[in-house]
Amino acid sequence: YFSMALRFEVLGRFNRARAAQLTLPHYVCHTPLFMPVGTQGTIKGMTNSQLEEIGCQIILGNTYHLALRPTSELIDELGGLHKFMNWPRALLTDSGGFQMVSLLHLADITENGVTFQSPVDGKPMLLTPEESIEIQNRIGADIIMALDDVVRTTITGPRIEEAMYRTLRWIDRCIAAHKRPHEQNLFGIVQGGLDPVLRDICVRGLVDRNLPGYAIGGLAGGEDKDSFWRVVAQCTAALPEDKPRYVMGVGYPLDIVVCSALGADMYDCVYPTRTARFGTALVPEGVLKLKHQAMADDTLPIDPTCTCMVCKNYSRAYIHCLVTKDAMGSQLLSYHNLYYMMKLSRDLHSSIIQGRFPEFVCGFLQKMFPKGDVPKWVCNAMEVAGIDISSCCAPFLTSQD
Amino acid sequence: MKFAVQKAWSNSGRARVGVLEFGSNHKIETPSLLLSTRKGLPLFISPDLLSSLPFPDSHLLQVSPFHFLEGISAKTISDVGGLHDVVGLNSNDYGLVAVPRDSLVSLPDCDGSNKFGASFETPGGRRLIKPSDYMNLINSMKPNLWVTLADEVPAWVSQKRNKISVDRTITWLDQCLSAQNPSNVVVLGPIVGGSDVEERRRCAVEVSRRNVFGYWIGGFGLGESRNERSDLLSAITDHLPEEKLRQICGLELPEEVLQGVAAGVDLFDSTYIYHLTLGGFGLSFPLERRTRAIEKDVAIEPIEKAGSDQTKINLRHIIHRKDMSPIVEDCACYTCRNHTKAYINHLLNVHEMLAQILLEIHNTHHYLAFFRKIREAIKAGEFEEFHAMFVKNRREHLAVSSVCA
Ligand SMILES: [Zn+2]
Ligand SMILES: [Zn+2]
Repeated sequence: YFSMALRFEVLGRFNRARAAQLTLPHYVCHTPLFMPVGTQGTIKGMTNSQLEEIGCQIILGNTYHLALRPTSELIDELGGLHKFMNWPRALLTDSGGFQMVSLLHLADITENGVTFQSPVDGKPMLLTPEESIEIQNRIGADIIMALDDVVRTTITGPRIEEAMYRTLRWIDRCIAAHKRPHEQNLFGIVQGGLDPVLRDICVRGLVDRNLPGYAIGGLAGGEDKDSFWRVVAQCTAALPEDKPRYVMGVGYPLDIVVCSALGADMYDCVYPTRTARFGTALVPEGVLKLKHQAMADDTLPIDPTCTCMVCKNYSRAYIHCLVTKDAMGSQLLSYHNLYYMMKLSRDLHSSIIQGRFPEFVCGFLQKMFPKGDVPKWVCNAMEVAGIDISSCCAPFLTSQD
Repeated sequence: MKFAVQKAWSNSGRARVGVLEFGSNHKIETPSLLLSTRKGLPLFISPDLLSSLPFPDSHLLQVSPFHFLEGISAKTISDVGGLHDVVGLNSNDYGLVAVPRDSLVSLPDCDGSNKFGASFETPGGRRLIKPSDYMNLINSMKPNLWVTLADEVPAWVSQKRNKISVDRTITWLDQCLSAQNPSNVVVLGPIVGGSDVEERRRCAVEVSRRNVFGYWIGGFGLGESRNERSDLLSAITDHLPEEKLRQICGLELPEEVLQGVAAGVDLFDSTYIYHLTLGGFGLSFPLERRTRAIEKDVAIEPIEKAGSDQTKINLRHIIHRKDMSPIVEDCACYTCRNHTKAYINHLLNVHEMLAQILLEIHNTHHYLAFFRKIREAIKAGEFEEFHAMFVKNRREHLAVSSVCA
């Protein structure tokens, strides 16, 4: 029987949506939750105390980057990533495979693993499932990810099928290589592109392995939104009720709300911090571009309804004069954007627990689409999720369905 | 705002301890450090982290109005409620001191200045600032304390240029004072005049005739030699009334600050911290007041060859790669309580901004502690010994490291 280092208790439901308590070795998390990306052992421009203050529960570290610098051996020797970065709460590391395929043009995937050119000396290197797990065992995160065969979602044909079956073969190699199952939770990743048959085979294969948690991979890569939510809906329906479900690379607030309605629990994305560095704030209405000249004389806070340190203290005009020029601009905007994501996570959790999830979703959609022009794909997904959003959709749009 | 010099202590020469009162009864003891800022906030320390620094020592900030020549208008600053509200620092808790020059990105350009105004290098390029432009900024910012526009020149300009500098500075002082918002009467008058003691005296006499709260000593840190500085500084302060506040720009290193303190200067800026932080250095000099002479065998540590010296640590160096100790073992700052040299070394290696956040916090904390030691030494009547010992240790250290090199 596969051992686990987590407990997942569903505290409340609304149709497919669920609010849960996820007990990890380093922290008791509440889902749905968003994980900020701390690529190199830090969230850009934020201190740990600030991350704790805004309610960040779990941070994602990138295995590929950490393995390059400071190296997993050094992290291990110094007591693991928690100790190295002095982060007391939960951590998750990815497998490193996706980063290689997306960052290094010369990556090539074979049955043995991912072959790539070393960015240090240009020599060919190989990342096998065994090595990925070994590195992640050394880093020591609460959740580690299986190495999967990543293909672009926009690709079609036999390559998708090959990648799916290879992902299933690799999961057994990952399980066999995992040395710390009592301290670290290995999540399997569902692949299969946009093909429901392949996704189904992959989900069933992974569920047979009885893993501590499951991720839905291969999404958020440029596929159309209708395909995106349908894959999520299909996978969440087939994955076990008592295990966490993580949709990888998803971070737009709207996508998180939709996926949560469909029964997903965890998300990660660089979007909130990256967009902050380019001067964009996340607000209930969507986004606010602080670089815009109109912000120069705007004495309102970024979001008048936000209670974060930045919105309590600063005008849009001051942030406008900082963004993209001074470090403080991206620090303050990252703080606000992550606060926004943490508040969204908390609101999803509490509205599900309190049985007012549809009201929350409607309120969210009304602010984002005040004219009632909620995108068709959102309406379709909410119908499958059993959330009535007719009150926030313009009548002519719904009557045309 | 109030300022009072405490009683004089024997054996402290011109060095003095004073109390500057601002906001809701906050009393900051001088000699003290003004935190250098970019657009009103420390470069990397956001206000929530700023509050973790020693109180009230860290609550005086120096602001250059010229950082606001672009991006935000004087009217908007005023609409928001003044600079305190713009930068999110409560006016009851934080004192903002506006000085045209920041010694970093806003520097006087004496060749470009003319009778209409002072030329400055600013973040938005070279600009000629007239007293009226300057007052427009000051009146909208409403700082706690501000320096009038000066025609600042380096020590090596001609006698003629030096004299013009004093004349213009006095004219602009009058123009600024007459244009000031009546609620903003806490002004520091600039003392210029280069290395000409007679011009400095003339400037001091003229400024003292006006309604000023204290003095701002200009013309330093612009390429003058450190050796001639001590005598010049003392000659200048000797012409200033004892009871009023004295601020200076352009003295950076601990030794330079000690020179200023020895001459009776009360307020300094923290451009040193800025340079250390961007360079990846952490301040580490010992803070015991009775600094002992360095034991020679201790001085020749391998660390010497790592671009570090006895006052600072080069955290970029590979020898810190596995060092799980804080920058300074018993330092109580946020950085040292939470993070190791190994982690900061990694952050610097991968160009992560958190490195600068952590270094600016530690360096500010350490430099504030240095100022506290200076005050303690003055109060104990031991400033001259403290000064001499500090300089001697540094010199011995430099001699030791040059032998090693
Ligand atoms: Zn906010
Ligand atoms: Zn420290």
